Parts: sequence; structure tokens; C-alpha cells
Amino acid sequence: MTTTTAAEPATQSEYVPEKRGFWAGVFYRWPVKLVIMIVVVIWIIPTLGVLISSFRPPADVDASGWWTVFSNLGSNEWTLSNYSDVLSSEGFGNSFLNSLSVTIPATVMPITIAAFAAYGFAWMEFPGRQWLFVLVVAMLVIPLQMALIPLLRLYTTINLNGTFPAVWLAHTGFGLPLAIYLLRNYIGSLPSSMMESASIDGATPFETFTKLVVPLSVPVLASFAIFQFLWVWNDLLIALVFLGGEPDVRVITLALNNLNGSRGQAWHLLTAGAFITMALPLVVFLSLQRYFVRGLTAGSVKG
Amino acid sequence: MADIVEEEASEVEKAAEARPITPIYKGPGPNFLTQLMRIAVSIAVPLIAFGILYWAGTVLLDEDANRLLVVVMALIIGVLGVFGLFYAMNWLTMRLPERYRHYVLPFVFVGPAIVLLTIFLVYPTVITFKLSFQNAQGEGFVWFENYVDIFTDSGTLEALRNSVLWVIIVPALAVSIGLGFAVLSDKLGSKGEAFSKSFIFMPMAISFVGASIVWRFIYNFRPEGFGEQIGILNGIWTAIGNEPVAWLLQEPWNNFYLMVILVWLQVGFAMVILSAGIKSVPDDIIEAARIDGAKELQVFWRIIIPSISSTLVVVLTTIIITVWKVFDIVYVMTSGEFGTSVVAERMVTEFFTFGNEGAGAALAVVLLVAITPLMVLNVRRFQAQEAQR
Repeated sequence: MTTTTAAEPATQSEYVPEKRGFWAGVFYRWPVKLVIMIVVVIWIIPTLGVLISSFRPPADVDASGWWTVFSNLGSNEWTLSNYSDVLSSEGFGNSFLNSLSVTIPATVMPITIAAFAAYGFAWMEFPGRQWLFVLVVAMLVIPLQMALIPLLRLYTTINLNGTFPAVWLAHTGFGLPLAIYLLRNYIGSLPSSMMESASIDGATPFETFTKLVVPLSVPVLASFAIFQFLWVWNDLLIALVFLGGEPDVRVITLALNNLNGSRGQAWHLLTAGAFITMALPLVVFLSLQRYFVRGLTAGSVKG
Repeated sequence: MADIVEEEASEVEKAAEARPITPIYKGPGPNFLTQLMRIAVSIAVPLIAFGILYWAGTVLLDEDANRLLVVVMALIIGVLGVFGLFYAMNWLTMRLPERYRHYVLPFVFVGPAIVLLTIFLVYPTVITFKLSFQNAQGEGFVWFENYVDIFTDSGTLEALRNSVLWVIIVPALAVSIGLGFAVLSDKLGSKGEAFSKSFIFMPMAISFVGASIVWRFIYNFRPEGFGEQIGILNGIWTAIGNEPVAWLLQEPWNNFYLMVILVWLQVGFAMVILSAGIKSVPDDIIEAARIDGAKELQVFWRIIIPSISSTLVVVLTTIIITVWKVFDIVYVMTSGEFGTSVVAERMVTEFFTFGNEGAGAALAVVLLVAITPLMVLNVRRFQAQEAQR
């Protein structure tokens, strides 16, 4: 980044950033800035509309477009009642907690299992190591749809349908290929001299793993954790098939989908509901953007 | 965001410099008893895990009163339960005589993952292939009837046509907009760049269901005389003197309106990865071209694009895979009606709504087979990477 900006003045001798006045600075490269501003506005409008509508009284939402709040600033009424309605009477409060109890174990379980496996694949020798890992890479693109019918049958025979562990295990299974792939690449690139000296000092593989490898792998673990958290929280298909819409287990994406089906024109509720489902991912995303981007770049092969 | 990109580049360099992987725990040769023990261990770990989770699940479901307690318990099981199992298996293995120990240990580490992958990916794939040759109830063999149906029934043909359109249009749009934005924002100061990129990137955190609701609001339609338009698209459309339009009912254009949602979600992904690629193009090459009198557009097409071609392929394949499997958007927006169904959504509808296992399985197989070339590409790329190590 710094290198590109530093290179500019060398070629364009008339461009000396320090000597630009304020207005010259504002209008410098204005066509580029204009295009970027237009795209940003287009990108933000959908979310902005939902956010504004969710705080307007139901009658207002129904009577006029959300953009009219800008033309009569000051005379707008705002309310939190949409949120309290959705959280209590539409059951989003419970669904939020259900989503949490699905998402947290479904994030931690694949990380733990994949970290052990990644260490095994990277630093232990056993027959089939190479081709087993190639198989894991191939599994990255298997569509979820491929697994639905047999798993539902399996879950029905062992009476696991509609329970949290059913979804935890499913998300763990489907998240493993990416997790193993990412973690193995990272753990495999740790210096081998370090592993050897740990072994010479008498550390067992388990100790080497917990005391050396895991602390060193925190960045990649965090990347995958955020990735998996967002993917599980935002999932509809797995929750729909294996957990179902019973109020005591229904996750938040399913609650929003049901609200959309039953009250498709109640926009004051739909906008508030949509924002509740987005709130946690957005907080996670905004606060941990750096790790998220890294996970995304490294994991751009996820199926 | 700018420094993230820098970090990215340095990580790539690090990976390139990384030493070859040399295993350090070499066990003695195999013998029958240790083989048996390894298999026993790798099966026992997940089974015990399964049992504990099952028990925990029934407890969690009984607990209706306090949802917070449920969340806390789920957390404890998720965090400590799995780790505790690994710990216990390791402890047991360490009690074995030394010459067996080294041989069993790798399977304590890798075994649970292998077993889970087998149960959740390998086994279902095999069964789905078998089911695709069977009838709606998953009994008796009808051989290729389900496949013949897929390629003759007008409903599934329409879904196939739409899926192909999705796979062409969405990646093309997402990559061009993402690339354009990456190039343009590169010309801003670093603060302006990071700031503007965050807005484009933000939708990545939003679920497909959430995004669908957001966009249903945009496309909202009221017939004339039934109150003011509250969807912004019809708001603008009527403000410039047109009749309101029911966008989602306009065949075949409604397909395109649904694709826009996925483009909105995916552009940020394309932009971030491509931006990292652009920044890794060496500056001296670009400078040399400029000194030789190349125009900005020539620099873009002749230098930047060829330099980031491998990144472009990665981004394109990733988005194609996402698009090919898109289910939620169509399911929430139109339930696949009004000529908008796609294969992935059709599969769930056939199996879940109509209870037709054979047809659902056959559609899933079509999804997998169509994606196989990309799987091969992935494996090849991985093997090339390994060869470089």
C-alpha cells in the first residue's frame, strides 16, 4: 500500500501532495471518487432502508417509503416497539439463544478436531497420510445437498432428529475439510527444528501440540473460528432439515424465514427481525475484520 | 483494511519459504495387533463423543425453563467435551507399551476427523448415488428413470437453465465490479480506501435469509391505488412517471433480480482477494510500462490482468461453487415459483416438500457431477503447491 502511493509522485511530477490545498485535495481525482461514492451508496442503501424502517412506527412504515424520513427531518417518530414485538411475541429472543447454542459448539468442535488432525497430517507419519489429505482437499467442494437424504435417514433411525447434537455434528462434519486444510497448511509451515527440539526435550506429541503448536496457531484458529461462526449462524438449510421449526429449537434464520412466510407484508416486524439476525454477525465482522479477511483469503477454496 | 492486505502478501511469502514437511514421529513397522488397536481407538473416540453429546442433547432439550443455562451448557460441552475426549484417548494410548504407542498415536490425532468425514461426507455421497437410481420411497431400482425425468421434465429443465444463467452471470458481475472497485479504490489514500472497502465488504457477514428480506423490501410492490410505494425501486420508478412494477413476477427478468442479491453479497469477497492480488504486482513493472508510454488502460489489461490471472481463477471458481449451490435466496424470495427455481433449491423441494427421495438424490448427484471439474482443479492446484514446498 505505502509503496504504491510512494511511487506515484515519482512519475507525475506535477503531483506534490503536501502542497495541495484543501479544495484541491477534495477535487483531486474527482471522477474516481465520484464512481466510488456512487457504488458505496448503492451498496449501503439496502441495509440502510432496513435499519431505518425497523425504528419507525408500524403505521409510518406502512404509509410511506423509508427515504421520506430525510425530507421531513425533525418531525419523524422513532420507536423500539418493533424490536420488542419481534423478540417476545414472534419468538426471536428464544431463537437467538437457540442460534447461540447451535453456533458455539458447532464452531469449537470442528476447530478442536481439525487442529488435532492437522497436526497429525503435518507432523506424524502413518500409512495413507498423503492420499487421505488429497481426499480431504477433494471433499472441499462436495455440495451439502449430497449429504441431506442419507443423514436424515441415519438421524431418524437413531432418533437424533430435531436435537442440537444432530446439528452440531452435521456442522462439524461439513466444516472439517476446510478446517483441516487451512490448519494443516499453517501448522505444516511451522519450523521443523522446533518440533524436533521439543521431542528431544522429552515432550510427548500431545504436549508439543497443546503447549507449542496451539499457541503458535492462534491467528489461523481465529480466522477459521470467525469463518465457521458466520457460516453456522447464517445457515438455513442444515437447521431446516435436521433441527426443524419447533419453537423450542428453532434457530434465528428459520424464525426469520417463518416470519417472512406468515407475515410477509408486516415490514415493521420483518425489518426488525432481519436486523436482529444480522446484529451479531455484523459485530463479529466489524470487530474482527482483520482475521475474517485473512481466513477468507486463505480459505478461498471452500465449497 | 490496507494493512491486512500487506499481511496477506507476507504470509504468502512465508508459505513459499516454508520448509518441507518432514514427519518426526516414526513408529516401528505394522503388525496385526497394533493395526487392530488403531482401528479400535479411532472408532472408540467418536463413538464415546457421540454418546456423551447425545446424552447432553437430551438434557438440553428437556431444559425448557432456562435458555441461558442451555447456552452455557452447550458452550461447556463444545469447548471441554471434545478436548477432554482427545485428552483421555491420549492418556490411554500412553499407557500402552512403547512399541505400540508410536504406532497408535497418529490415529488418536487423525482418527476422529477421518471417522466424522466418513460418516458425514463419504457415506452419504455413496448412499445418495445409490438412492438416485431408486424410486421416490428409496426402494427398488428404477435405474436411470430419475435422470431421464430431470432432463425431460419442463420444471427441472427450467431449473437447469436458470442455474446455468446464475453460474454465468453472477460470477461475471461480481468479479468485474469487485475488480473495478479494487483498482479504483487503490488510487485513493489508504484511509479512503479502507473506509470505502468496508462498505462493499460488509454484506459478506449477512445471511442469505437476511439479505433476501433486505431485497424483498427493495422490490416491494403495491398495485396502483393501494397506498404509497414503500419499496425504494418502485418509489424511484413511479417518481419518474412509470406504473409500479411487481418485479419478482416479471418472467424471465425476475431471475436477474434474484441474482443481483448474490452479486451484492459476493462483490466484497472478489474485491478483497483481487485487491490483495493487485497490490502484489511489483511496482517497477508498472512503472517501466508507464515510462515506456503505456496508458492506464493498457497497464490494466496488459500487466495487471495477466499478473493476477491465477488469483482471478481462484475467485471465479470459488464464486461459481457458491452460486451453483445457492438455495436460500430462491427459497426465501419466491420458493422457486414464477420461473425462478434453480437446481439446488429444486433438490430440497423434491426431497423435503414432495418427499421424493429418488428425484432429490438424482438432482444432488447432478450438482456434484457438474462441480467435479472444479474439484479436480482444486486437487491439481493443491498438488502443485505441495510440489513447490
